[in-house]
Amino acid sequence: MVNLLWAGIIVIAIVIAGINGKVNTITPIIFSSAENAVNISLSMISIMAFWLGIMKIIEKSGFIHLVIFFLKPLAYWLFPGIPRNHRAMNSMLMNMSANLLGMGNAATPFGIKAMEQMQQLNPDRDTATDNMCTFLAINTSSLTLIPTTVIAIRAATGAQNPTDIVGTTIIASLCSITVAILADRLFRYYFGKKNQRLSFNNKKISSKR
Amino acid sequence: MDSLYSAINVISVWVVPGLILLSLIYAHFRGVKVFDTFVEGAKEGFEMSVRLIPFLVGMMVAIGLFRGSGAMELISNLIEPVLGFCGIPADILPLAFMRPVSGSSALAITTEIMNIHGPDSLIGRMAATMQGSTDTTLYVLTVYFGAVGIKKVRYALAVGLIADLAGILAAVLICNLVFAPKI
Repeated sequence: MVNLLWAGIIVIAIVIAGINGKVNTITPIIFSSAENAVNISLSMISIMAFWLGIMKIIEKSGFIHLVIFFLKPLAYWLFPGIPRNHRAMNSMLMNMSANLLGMGNAATPFGIKAMEQMQQLNPDRDTATDNMCTFLAINTSSLTLIPTTVIAIRAATGAQNPTDIVGTTIIASLCSITVAILADRLFRYYFGKKNQRLSFNNKKISSKR
Repeated sequence: MDSLYSAINVISVWVVPGLILLSLIYAHFRGVKVFDTFVEGAKEGFEMSVRLIPFLVGMMVAIGLFRGSGAMELISNLIEPVLGFCGIPADILPLAFMRPVSGSSALAITTEIMNIHGPDSLIGRMAATMQGSTDTTLYVLTVYFGAVGIKKVRYALAVGLIADLAGILAAVLICNLVFAPKI
């Protein structure tokens, strides 16, 4: 998919440049864009190094358990059908908290572990369960508090205040995650597995297994 | 409404220093060797920036060509009337399409937009917000479902893409409200 998009963009660009009689500009653009890319990556190092250093401190201090404490009620509501003290619930909480703190690298192993543990509760090994779909909905809508790389790029390209997009990012994230949860609930309601279907009225799961 | 915008700005100003403050104090009392740990993490940050170089080179050249050849202008002129009505700049479209597909490529496009229009321009901030508030849906689905051998993903892809669309539209709307030059 990326391969096709990338090749497509370049092919279209060169063909249109040919039609517009701008072929002579192609090579200079390649050189200047490539040089820009390297310069920006290099000036990103400063903030990336600093922020990932802070991230490591947050990771080692166990700060994450504080976040988990606040996320628990939400997780119990989001994943009915997974027992509260099940290992899958714990892994999902670790994953969501790590994502929230922006520790993407730490979050992925927990996410995969959560999927494996949910797979053990899955009667049909080829097909995703409702809870898996909900978990993925949360994960694809990015709930990062601080978008490190974006801030680094803003700093590298000379923004006056690189972090001034944090507020708008948090609000936009909240919108996307709210929509993800609502869409997931709707799909679950209409297409949910019979044995996992949840009813809106009493928030109970009708007959597990 | 003005108090809402200033609240958003207060969040922006405080979240980074606040998190540093909290984490340092908390880590200290939990007995973490803060500086040693910091250096260890900073090394990873260095490596991450360097690993990003090939992605940035590939994508920035592609988008640079797309813009320089006049292709971007062509598409912009075609759809400008529709998008302009909703306050969506045409230059942001490549980002919107690439975001669910490839994280590094989307990041490269964001970089290119900031490089051309400036990071403090409306579109630059919009791109930054978009990049931060959505995730690479296809990648996440592939990794997580692939890891446990799930073949039928049911409605997960649809939900992921709907969430991306919501994030993109929300970014446009909020940036227009907060950052648009006051007339």
